[in-house]
Amino acid sequence: MTSLAVGPAPDVALARINPVTQLAAILVVTVVLLSSLDLVTPSIVVAAELCLLPAAGLTSPRAVWSRTWPLLTSAASVGVVNVLLSDDAPPLAGAALALRVVGLALPGVLLVASTDPVLLADALTVHWRVPPRFAYGALAALRLVPLLVVEFESVRLARRTRGVEGGSNPVAQARLFAGTGFALLVGAVRRGSRLATAMDARGFDSGVPRTNARGSSLHARDAVFLAGTVLVCGVAVTASISTGAWQPLFGG
Amino acid sequence: MTSTSGARAAPDATAGGPVGVVARGLAVRHGSRRSWALTGVDLVVEPGERVLLTGASGSGKSTLLAAVAGLLHDEGTEVTGELTVGGRPPAASRGRLGMLAQDPDSQLVMTRAGDDVAFGLENAGLPPEQIWPRVDEAMAAVGFVHGRDRPTHALSGGEKQRLVLAGALARRPGLLLLDEPTSQLDPGGAALVRDAVARVVADRAATVLVVDHDAAPWLPLVDRVVELVDGGLVEHGTGWRPAPRAAGLRLPAATAGPVLLAADAAGYTYRGTAVPALRPTDAALRAGRVLAVTRPNGTGKSTLALLLAGLRAPTTGRVDAAAGLASGVRRGGTAPHRWRAADLVTRIGTVFQNPEQQFLTGRLRDELALGPLRSGEHAAAARATADGLLERLGLTEFADANPFTLSGGQKRRLSVATALATSPEVLVLDEPTFGQDARTWREVVTLLAEQRAAGRAIAIVTHDADLVDVLADERIRL
Repeated sequence: MTSLAVGPAPDVALARINPVTQLAAILVVTVVLLSSLDLVTPSIVVAAELCLLPAAGLTSPRAVWSRTWPLLTSAASVGVVNVLLSDDAPPLAGAALALRVVGLALPGVLLVASTDPVLLADALTVHWRVPPRFAYGALAALRLVPLLVVEFESVRLARRTRGVEGGSNPVAQARLFAGTGFALLVGAVRRGSRLATAMDARGFDSGVPRTNARGSSLHARDAVFLAGTVLVCGVAVTASISTGAWQPLFGG
Repeated sequence: MTSTSGARAAPDATAGGPVGVVARGLAVRHGSRRSWALTGVDLVVEPGERVLLTGASGSGKSTLLAAVAGLLHDEGTEVTGELTVGGRPPAASRGRLGMLAQDPDSQLVMTRAGDDVAFGLENAGLPPEQIWPRVDEAMAAVGFVHGRDRPTHALSGGEKQRLVLAGALARRPGLLLLDEPTSQLDPGGAALVRDAVARVVADRAATVLVVDHDAAPWLPLVDRVVELVDGGLVEHGTGWRPAPRAAGLRLPAATAGPVLLAADAAGYTYRGTAVPALRPTDAALRAGRVLAVTRPNGTGKSTLALLLAGLRAPTTGRVDAAAGLASGVRRGGTAPHRWRAADLVTRIGTVFQNPEQQFLTGRLRDELALGPLRSGEHAAAARATADGLLERLGLTEFADANPFTLSGGQKRRLSVATALATSPEVLVLDEPTFGQDARTWREVVTLLAEQRAAGRAIAIVTHDADLVDVLADERIRL
């Protein structure tokens, strides 16, 4: 269960890049990947992203897999489904789609792996003027997620003690799952309101301008990181256009 | 560039000494209820005084606490009489308030210990250079020794409560409200919290109001004790002690029968962990006997309960039901964890530490009829069983109420009753008296003794030494 806990980020190289810089880089990558349907652009972008895995502390194949398997599975199914359901889509187009899904989602994986959520909230409130009510409220809610996983298991066992189980019938299983989800939701709402009361009691969102004890700073390395992202994207687009692969989504 | 928003001088949360509480003729009625939760409460707490507010579950303690904390702003809640905190309405004094509530997991916001203590000071708009000295001071005051960088999720329940107290203290509150702060902790964690409270209240920098149905542990820390009885306040004199909850308890005798369920070197290790949650353990549950499983701290005893209850498969050793108990099961032979749920509920009844986790319906009557229905009883018979149990537990007037709306003690009795509804021969209970007041404690103990006299085999995992004293026939210390 501890691997799910929301805690301080490990001391990895990417953690030294401010979270808002990483968000800005994600924005750049997203715009570029959504502007063309070819295979060359996402290949170069994904290759660059893979180079950053060690910087986010994701060195062992096992660590990478445990963070990315939902992404990889959904990317693969996006590719396959598009090839199967479309009359004229060649397999290559499916691969391009799958690669773009990976290219769009990997930066998020890198951000989550290397960022203490507290520092993200700090950066958002300090640099982008996100209201603290939203940033720290979301942070507090995030801390309750691992508890939900533990609770899910307890509720599942509790239902067995009452003679309720789905057995081998998938419909009964699904209904049971939905019922368990509802019990969890009730618990989560109650816990959430207790947390809100506790934050309130410590003066959260009481109208006094909030200060930040840690601060959040941008350095030269943040500018370098963002410039590097723009450069990689530029190289990818240039390579795509010069090889004739470029297929703009709009105005093509 | 380092950026912080501009600091305002002297935020109200951090200025001034202890504040008093004055209630005169205070009465509170919640919107949906006919009866008053509090009536005619007169209470004067002087600044710097330390007062314990005690009373049975449902006596109005929580309501009075919410009123003092300025949290009674629900629509439809009716408040009459006078209540002031520091001479002002409670809602206006909220900045001078420090709170420590029951659940350690829903009071922390940040991922590191120091950041969490700093949270309340950031909210007060204190400049960063003043924040960290006060964080260190507050952490030292409560005896938190792990340092600012300790991840909060890795702390024990008692340590989390200490940290929440430090977070409240850092704001230099005029009034500290402690709402049953040890009720969800094991004895070790509870001792940690009381030790921290004792350090903090020694200098009388804040008025302290402790709310707890379990009065005895707080007596050395408070100046006086007031008790809520039927919505009104009773002042106890110095030297008052609560009556021992087991006093005068007469329990029916029982005779030992055959072993119904046995654990043979049963152990459990969670997937992906190296240290077993439960080392190989032997246990035998006999008809007409109560087996108590105790352990000072940790989760191993709850794991044993899950194995005995047929909810998890042991990863080493085995748990076997006697032939008589296992006869008629459709699947799984003598291994309870492989039985169908419908077979399990008529043989082994389980009561979890948290009653709410086991409630599945929207009405008490449905809740009690659910097990019998699931095990194949007819609707009329299941309803008769449910009504009989409702009567037996004095809950008939709530037959159509939602289980979640009951008081803590009522929920506990209901959860025990749901396990009894299918007449299982074996009962497994995890901390059945946890957080219960004296009255519910006696009811639960009596109920279990009756089940023992009826020839059931009972296993109880518990920290509760009194419960073990009055009820246990056999004991296992993990």
